[in-house]
Amino acid sequence: MAEVTLNKVVKFYDNVEAVRGIDLGIKDQEFVVLVGPSGCGKSTTLRMIAGLEEISGGEILIAGDVVNDVPPKDRDIAMVFQNYALYPHMTVFENMSFGLRLKRFPKDEIKRRVDEAARILDITELLDRKPKALSGGQRQRVAMGRAIVRDPKVFLFDEPLSNLDAKLRVQMRTEIKKVHQKVRTTTVYVTHDQVEAMTLADRVVVMNGGRIEQVGEPNDLYHAPATRFVAGFIGSPAMNFIPCAIEKTAGALRLVLHGGLGFDVPADRTKRYEAFVGKPGLSLGLRPEHITDARSPLEPGQQAMEVDLTVTEPMGMETLVYFGINGTEICGRVRPDAGARNGGRMTLAAQLNHMHLIDESSGLVV
Amino acid sequence: MTSAAITAGKAGTGRKLNSMSRDRAWALRWSYFFLILFALFFLTPPIYMLITSLKSSAEISAATNPWWVYAPTLSNYKELLGSSQYQIFFRNSALVSIFVVTLTMLISVPAAFALSRMKFWGSATLATGVFLTYLIPETLLFLPLFKMFVTFTELTGIELINRWWVLLLVYPTLTVPFCTWIMIGYFASIPKELDEAALIDGAGWFQTLTRIFIPVALPGLIAATIFAFTVSWAQFLYPLAFTTSTDQLVLPVGIITTLIKGDVFNWGQIMTGALLGAAPPLIIYAFLMDYYIAGLTAGATKG
Repeated sequence: MAEVTLNKVVKFYDNVEAVRGIDLGIKDQEFVVLVGPSGCGKSTTLRMIAGLEEISGGEILIAGDVVNDVPPKDRDIAMVFQNYALYPHMTVFENMSFGLRLKRFPKDEIKRRVDEAARILDITELLDRKPKALSGGQRQRVAMGRAIVRDPKVFLFDEPLSNLDAKLRVQMRTEIKKVHQKVRTTTVYVTHDQVEAMTLADRVVVMNGGRIEQVGEPNDLYHAPATRFVAGFIGSPAMNFIPCAIEKTAGALRLVLHGGLGFDVPADRTKRYEAFVGKPGLSLGLRPEHITDARSPLEPGQQAMEVDLTVTEPMGMETLVYFGINGTEICGRVRPDAGARNGGRMTLAAQLNHMHLIDESSGLVV
Repeated sequence: MTSAAITAGKAGTGRKLNSMSRDRAWALRWSYFFLILFALFFLTPPIYMLITSLKSSAEISAATNPWWVYAPTLSNYKELLGSSQYQIFFRNSALVSIFVVTLTMLISVPAAFALSRMKFWGSATLATGVFLTYLIPETLLFLPLFKMFVTFTELTGIELINRWWVLLLVYPTLTVPFCTWIMIGYFASIPKELDEAALIDGAGWFQTLTRIFIPVALPGLIAATIFAFTVSWAQFLYPLAFTTSTDQLVLPVGIITTLIKGDVFNWGQIMTGALLGAAPPLIIYAFLMDYYIAGLTAGATKG
């Protein structure tokens, strides 16, 4: 159990800067997820914490000690790999106990720990099998078991669910969360799947282009993204971005979408957005669930608009509707019985209380 | 169901099977034809050796059918196995082969591990270089090697020529590059995460090699072992060049030099000696064949 601290960590591959100065503090027992598109430096960061990659600059501390030059085996960490990396010639028991046997733990202690981990992961009956006789989900459990028996300071997960099919992935996601609630070891988890990040994390670290875009609790990232990247990356279907301008009218601000459509800016945001009156390069960010079918009377904060739907996608519990505003495709979510159909005309309500204003030149959410 | 329907059904499936089995039958016929052809071609010499080894010298020189034994005798075997010279050749061959195989494995397995896994400056070039060494024919190598040994003897006074154990220095020039190359291929097929997992589990390089890589690449290791053994057991040119006195000779050279006296060929014993000499590799192949085949194909798919 330990906290992990990254101070201005940099990683160069030859001349390519893969990680560009990361500052991150991970608290004891915390479950932190690094998420971002491929090539954003999240795996490299994890591998630097593990000691599998050299750190080009900055420092990494585990439990208060700088570990830059400490080899992986002395960092007291355990790692779960995407392709499980089980030793194919060893049984499950041998796989799980390998680290302990190398450290010359007494036999009964090894057995106790392996049995305990096997019980937590529900793989007790698999202990005598070889990895090739296991399914993907079982292999993943064994890989986690191998990490648990070591009782390390930090767990590191490198996209552990990517090789599993969709159904099993959801199931194992819950398993991982349960395991963390039982063993409470500080965990750093890397994934490209924002749903995994949201569901698992105490805090999510969104990375892009070798930098941290934003750190925060899942709901904070969702409702108050700091940058356009985070706003677009978190959430599925993704947030709509519509080019817009802010105009001043009598005592209030008006949001004019490039296409003639306009909305009144909610009164409580007037002050924040005032500086952007007449400025170019602004976008309105609005999540699909904030564009719904208009019910009368409209709820507070909602403003109606008449649109021509291009495509509708019934999902059962809701229907996704797509329409264009001046060439930008917008997605909304309506009730399944709201009468949305392909090519139909429909009155939708935009919930402007949940809008985000994005300054495209800086990429920041205002 | 009426009988007509049954016949129709049968005929239908019959026709379908026929078209498939016709293709298959032709493929099989060709396979058998070529397999038998090759088997005959490759088995004829050993069969001839076996036939000749069972004949007396008189029968060999007589103008009878060479493919038939009229008066089978084990005298060649008795004489050869009873001869102390042959026993010395056999012992020398066995010692050389066992030591060379051991030495080769001790060098090439760690070398392959280092070249395939430890990234260091020039490791890729070195790996290619190792293989290029193997491409230089032994006929080119034995002269400079001989010269080197003579110079060494002149400088140190330690006699290297005409000592059976000098072959332990010479054979690895053939076996080490090839075995290293085979093992590099096997080690390269082991996913990188496996050594990273071992590294995190607390294994050093040596433990990763002995406890993960060698067990996982065992088929490759056996393939390399068989290769090294075959090369050192059957090597002819080097022992012919480097050893001369009868107590220093290995089997292939020993048979030729002691059983051919001037222009007199003792064919019966030559054939017997060659047959007996071929036995150890045959026995080893038979035992390790399953592993060997698995080893040859294991690198083909990652799994």
